[in-house]
Amino acid sequence: MKCCKVLTILSILIIQQSLWAEEDSLFEQFAPLEIHGFYELRGGYRIRKDSYEKDMSIMENRFQLEAFAYNDWADFKYKGDVWGDWVTEQADYDTREAWLFTRPTDFMDVKIGRQILTWGTGELVFLNDLFPKDWQSFFIGRDAEYLKAPSDAAKFSFFTDIVNIDVVYTPQFDSDRYITGEYISYWNSTKQRLAGRDAIIHADKPNRWFRDDEVAVRIYKNVNNYELALYGYKGFWKNPGGETASGISIFPDLNVYGASIRGQLGKGIGNAEAAYYQSKDDENGSNPLVNNSEMRYLLGYSQEIGKDFTAGLQYYIEQMLDYDAYKKSLTSGPAKDQYRHVITLQLTKLLMNQNLELVLSSYYSPSDKDAYLRPNIKYKYTDNLTLEAGANIFFGDYENTFFGQLQNNTNIYTAIRYSF
Amino acid sequence: MKTYILLLALFVSDQFGVVKAEDKVPIADEIVKKANHMSLYQGSDSKGKITMTITDKQGRVRKREFNMLRKDMDDNDHDQKYYAYFLTPADVRKMVFMVHKHTELEKEDDRWLYMPSLDLVKRIASGDKRTSFVGSDFLYEDISGRNINEDTHELTKTTDEYYVLKNVPKKPNTVEFEYYIAYIDKKTFLPMKMEYYKKGARLYRVIKSSKIKLIEAKENDQKVSYPTVVESVARDLESGSTTVMNYSNVQYNIGIENDIFTERYLRRPPRKVMR
Repeated sequence: MKCCKVLTILSILIIQQSLWAEEDSLFEQFAPLEIHGFYELRGGYRIRKDSYEKDMSIMENRFQLEAFAYNDWADFKYKGDVWGDWVTEQADYDTREAWLFTRPTDFMDVKIGRQILTWGTGELVFLNDLFPKDWQSFFIGRDAEYLKAPSDAAKFSFFTDIVNIDVVYTPQFDSDRYITGEYISYWNSTKQRLAGRDAIIHADKPNRWFRDDEVAVRIYKNVNNYELALYGYKGFWKNPGGETASGISIFPDLNVYGASIRGQLGKGIGNAEAAYYQSKDDENGSNPLVNNSEMRYLLGYSQEIGKDFTAGLQYYIEQMLDYDAYKKSLTSGPAKDQYRHVITLQLTKLLMNQNLELVLSSYYSPSDKDAYLRPNIKYKYTDNLTLEAGANIFFGDYENTFFGQLQNNTNIYTAIRYSF
Repeated sequence: MKTYILLLALFVSDQFGVVKAEDKVPIADEIVKKANHMSLYQGSDSKGKITMTITDKQGRVRKREFNMLRKDMDDNDHDQKYYAYFLTPADVRKMVFMVHKHTELEKEDDRWLYMPSLDLVKRIASGDKRTSFVGSDFLYEDISGRNINEDTHELTKTTDEYYVLKNVPKKPNTVEFEYYIAYIDKKTFLPMKMEYYKKGARLYRVIKSSKIKLIEAKENDQKVSYPTVVESVARDLESGSTTVMNYSNVQYNIGIENDIFTERYLRRPPRKVMR
């Protein structure tokens, strides 16, 4: 529905502009229309028994179509996916992108419509990037492209000699595509056990246009190729960050303030980022049903360690604020730790004239005593045909930790993709 | 027997070179400087489309296409900025690779990669420059230029057409070759052939400039023409793979703004690089 609105606005704008330019036909104005896309088959299975999910973790055939055109004053892009999904047993459609981009003045860029948005310095760890993610797609082994879910937003960028400023306005809250139980089993805190298709999460999502909105701001500057940035966000927890007394998942108010730096450090690239998550609906931490405020910290370093071989190491901390109030107010279930420590290691090796790519992404939390390994191997058989195999492996001592709850979702998958 | 003669010839030419080098060191360095200028620094900026056709030993063909912008940071053949916008193959289409090249020794280049499907600006750790560029038989260093201060240069021979130079790395453990021989055109100073040798004078890699074109441009309001390599071929004799690189739609001195090489244009490529 939302995408229809965006598309309508887009098409009205396009038609209007083309009517103004009477001398060119609509076709001539958008003559360099580029059409691309891919067709893909992807299948995967759980390698552990999961009583709440199907054995197949992913089974889909997907077609993506992308159209790009530009005229004198703007760029236009559409990208959409249709796929048959054997896990949900239905056909699906998703508009990934539908936007127009224009440079009205020398110092301003505008991008309006459905778009993918990313900023921040983390590798597969996000602190100040509050744009929607799709961890579910990531965990079942879809292409990494799908980790980022689209936003229906307007992005205004201003460029000055002092600083550059990005302002992203999302008129209606876009949550993460969080784990609902449909594809992936999870720890259900109400039931105090693992759950899946038997307890699909139906959250009460803020959805009033222009009232339940989000604003994200980034102020950044490049100083001798050290990239400095300040961030601000006003919106909601992107995952259900709370629940009502009757057990319905909700998205409480959230403000985030943060900063980052990235640049050359020795032989490699170093990055540091911090963010303060201000949980507006539970500022003193006394409400056990709403997430407490948090501090999040990240330090990272990546370097080439051999021929076509790169390693990236990150240390990430989530610190719960007002921890005493949380402990005092907790009525049932195991208490979360005050600090969650996560170490990530990313290894990428290219072989066979860079046609074979081996990637290992790994997360390990010494405090949660859990881990996530994501090995992936990709071979470009030809320029158009890619073969892929990989796994999502979860370990954990406890059923209620971030990765520990996903243990039974451990899966292997394979895919073949033809791009054009 | 053959090897013996070759070795002897090499020995002689080497001795000869050394003797010559002693009196005429500046000449070899002068030639290298000019050749470096001609292959990388003509005009103050340039734009063109690069097509690489990679054919492996089994005859399988892969293609890489990208538009490239380049801008010099000064008139002394030092730092440069590069912007490459990929057109093919499909999995890298619309990706942007940006480099701020630094010629100061020990100073690493700054590199960025933009991945449009994730809207991700990735900072890439600068690494071994002697690795393949986009999977072709050209190395990263063949594209952005090997720093002339990394080798000692020696004029070993002068033929009717070429200055023949032997280049020996100052830090042999940082490269895979022992030395390379460059054939520099006496008229244009363009490198016409480079032969890379491993230990034991074993030739294993050759790059040839197979087509030169005079590209007209304006310099200080005057018409000039820059001789430009528009086709070159790199052969890896060890793997049996060959890459033909074509350079088309070449333009010089088009007034590329410095801003192009910033995050703004990394995320949203300028029109002039998309066409």
